[in-house]
Order: sequence, then structure tokens, then C-alpha cells
Amino acid sequence: MTTGSPTPASALAALGRPVLAALASVGRVTLFTASVLGHLVRPPFYLRELGHAVLQIGWFSLPVVGLTAIFTGGALALQIYAGGSRFNAEAVVPSIVAIGMARELGPVLGGLMVAARVASSIAAEIGTMKVTEQIDALVTLSTNPLKYLAVPRILAATLTMPVLVAVCDAIGIMGGWLVGITRLDFNSATYLKNTMDFLQPWDIGSGMVKGAVFGFIVALMGCYHGMNSARGAQGVGAATKAAVVSASVLILAANYILTEVFFTS
Amino acid sequence: MISLTAVHKAFGANRVLCGVDLTIPKASSMVIIGGSGTGKSVLLKCVLGLVSPDSGTITLDGQDVTKTDRDAFLARFGMLFQGAALFDSLRVWENVAFRLLRGPKALPKHAARDAAIEKLRRVGLKPETADLFPAELSGGMQKRVGLARAIAAEPEIIFFDEPTTGLDPIMAGVINDLIREIVVEMGVTAMTITHDMSSVRAIADHVAMLHDGVIQWTGPVKEMDATPDPYVQQFIHGRATGPIASVR
Repeated sequence: MTTGSPTPASALAALGRPVLAALASVGRVTLFTASVLGHLVRPPFYLRELGHAVLQIGWFSLPVVGLTAIFTGGALALQIYAGGSRFNAEAVVPSIVAIGMARELGPVLGGLMVAARVASSIAAEIGTMKVTEQIDALVTLSTNPLKYLAVPRILAATLTMPVLVAVCDAIGIMGGWLVGITRLDFNSATYLKNTMDFLQPWDIGSGMVKGAVFGFIVALMGCYHGMNSARGAQGVGAATKAAVVSASVLILAANYILTEVFFTS
Repeated sequence: MISLTAVHKAFGANRVLCGVDLTIPKASSMVIIGGSGTGKSVLLKCVLGLVSPDSGTITLDGQDVTKTDRDAFLARFGMLFQGAALFDSLRVWENVAFRLLRGPKALPKHAARDAAIEKLRRVGLKPETADLFPAELSGGMQKRVGLARAIAAEPEIIFFDEPTTGLDPIMAGVINDLIREIVVEMGVTAMTITHDMSSVRAIADHVAMLHDGVIQWTGPVKEMDATPDPYVQQFIHGRATGPIASVR
């Protein structure tokens, strides 16, 4: 007679299944990444598709990234002022806003906003192409789908994200400056001087390097989940959700690792 | 000549192809019939290399298709997909000229556009269609554009996947006639999968019936109606009773 109570073996099996599935996913993503990197350096190169992707991913992300940055910079100035006033250190607002935007908030928030906008659209577009047999059609037309669809998007995101991060930094610092002079009684020239004095080139450079990594992650996840989309509208929806979630989590994880590498001795 | 020998394919526990043997003579039109879900599309995709068979061999002019140069192999093929599979982001002429604009023998843009417009004319579409996007076309027009794309690079072999699905009977007749004209005119080897009997009679030189993962019957189209094979008879007359279970 079976009791129905779980045995140690069945409990281990229940634990092992998701672990094995996760490891298999990591393996598939790794193989996909290796394949993309291989195609990045081998012709043919689809320059027209690259130009189109630069426009879609870089240029059209500017409004959302800019809006995110200006509000974040403003809120950051208010928070640092409120915190700094406890120690009579209100004067640090310009430098902390600048360093905070350049090192962390610019790349991370920019990356997350681009993940929401771009990873979802890439996954939905490629996923729809898969379920409507457009990917099969590419193959029959002697065109490698990875090279034609994934490589231009991944390259475009990697190249344009550092520029978006730089724009995000500048607008975020402007947001802090605007709040500083209108709400916190800072002198405009002093605020800007403090910003420039304390901000170092590596603060901006490290954020742009992070941006390139985040751009790669965003487009990679969009392409991977789109290419592996299941059939039907539900499959495309699931691929889109998975692309945004995985890109966001990987951005935050990569940000921690890069911060460790760049800023701890 | 395309030859399939003992081709097997399963997706998990679902055995779709269970030893398919089939020969498609050069410059002839073979139509594969069978109910929905019997593996017709899988069979076609196995030949094209879009799906890898689990076992068996597929040869083209005596050469194993898995061991030939992939680009050279695919350059010999044209394919009309069930839903046309046009690229949404490209204009109609760019869809038709897709292969002509790429690869080592790529044509200049204006020459590719001219060639695309010529192919569009061949399938009965006006030159003004060339600058539209696929979403601006009706289903029948999309099928014609798909057909123009399939013949654009003058292939030796053309595959048609359910060419009349979703079309009204008149448009289906137009597409069938176009396919037959093009196959005869270009002297290509054609493989069509369909369950539309009017397509079969319009397009086929030879017919093969796929059921339960194997070819149940194959022969010239003129022998199809007279064959005593119960599977073929049930299918072509659309009977609910017979060896083919009506609920699959």
C-alpha cells in the first residue's frame, strides 16, 4: 500500500528538476551568446539592418531615458539635501548627484528603461517572425537568421547604450541642478562648479562601460527569447515577458559585479 | 530527383514520420496529401533542412542533403509558405528581391527592383504593388507575392506549403493555375503539400498520400480516382467513415 508521503528520493528529485532546468537554460544562453559572438566577426555584415537597429534602439529610446533621468536627478538632489542637512553637509548635493548619476543611476536606470522598451520589442518582433514562419523563410532564402536578426540588434544596443548613458548622466545632473537652484536655494554657478570639480572622467567612463554591457544583455535577451518563442500569441507573450525579466535581473547582477571590479581595490 | 528513404521523425513521444519512402522525379509536380497533423509540413521541412530527421536519408540528385554545401543547396530551392511568410518590415519588392539583393551574386538595387516588378507581373500583380508593405495586401495578394519571391531567383525546385489555405475558391483557383503555369513554364521540380483536392487536380503530376507517418499510396494523379486504396478513397471523397479515424 502506498502512503503518498514524500520520500527523501522524491524530495531530492523535486529539488533537482528546477536546478537541472536552470542549468540547461544557462547552457542554452551560453551557446547562443557564443554563436552571436562568432557571427559578429564573420561576414556577411548587414549594415542596413545595423543602421535601422541603431535608430530604433538608440535614437528612439532617448525620450524615455531622458525623462527617467531628469526626474531621478531631481529626486536624488532632494534626498541628498534632506540626508545631508542632518550633518550640515548640504553642500555635497551637486557632487553626489553627479557621481551617483554617472556611476550608478544613469547606467542602471537607463539600462532598465531600455530593457523595458527594447528587450520587449525585440522579443515580440522576432517571436512573431518565428510563429509566422518568417524565420524559416529567411533560412530558405540562404540567410542566417542569427546573423540577419540578432547580430545587428545586439551590436546596435552595445554601441548606442554608452551614448544613451552619457545623455542620461547629463540630463540627470541637469535635473539635480534645476531642483538645486529652484527648490534648495543653491547658486547656479556654484552648483555647476561643484559638479565639475568633483566629477572625474572615470566616473563617466565606468558608467558608459556598464552601459555597453547592459546594452549587450538587453538585446541578447530579446533575441534569445524571441528566437525560442513558443507557438501562438501566448508563446510570444511569454517570450516578451521572459526577455524583460531576464534582462532586468541580469542588468542588476552585472551592475554589482562591474561595481566590484571598477571601484573596490 | 529528390529521394527520401526510411525517414523517421518524432517530437518527444509523438512519432510523426515512421519510415517515409518517396521519390520525386525531376521536372515533375508531386503533391502530398493527408489530413491535418499527419506530418506533411514536417516532411517538407526535413527536405529543406529546417527540421532534422531522426534517421533515414534524403538525397537530391543522388547527394545526401545533409552533406552538401548548405548555401548552394538552398540556392536551388524556392518556397511558398502557408501564410506567405512575407517580411513585415520590408516593402513588397524588397521581399520578392530578397535573395537577389544578397549573397555573392547580389544585383544592384535598381536591377533587383526591376526583376522583382517583372516577377510581380508574372503572378498578376501591378507594379504599383511593389512599394506597398505586406500588411497593406489581401491574403490572396500576399500569396502571389510569396509566389513571386519563390520564383525570383529562378530555382530548380519549388515547394508549396498549403498554397490555397485561407483563400476563397476563386482566388484558390487563380493560385492553382499560376502554380501549374509556373511549374510547366520553368520546368521545375515541385513538391506541394495540401489537403485541398482542387489543388491536387490542378497542380499534380504525381500524388502521394501520407498517413500514420508513412506513404500509404503513391501514383500518377490520373490513377488517383481509380485506386482501390481505402485511405485515398476516403480522403478524396471526404467520407467520415473508413480507415482514417475522423477524430484525430
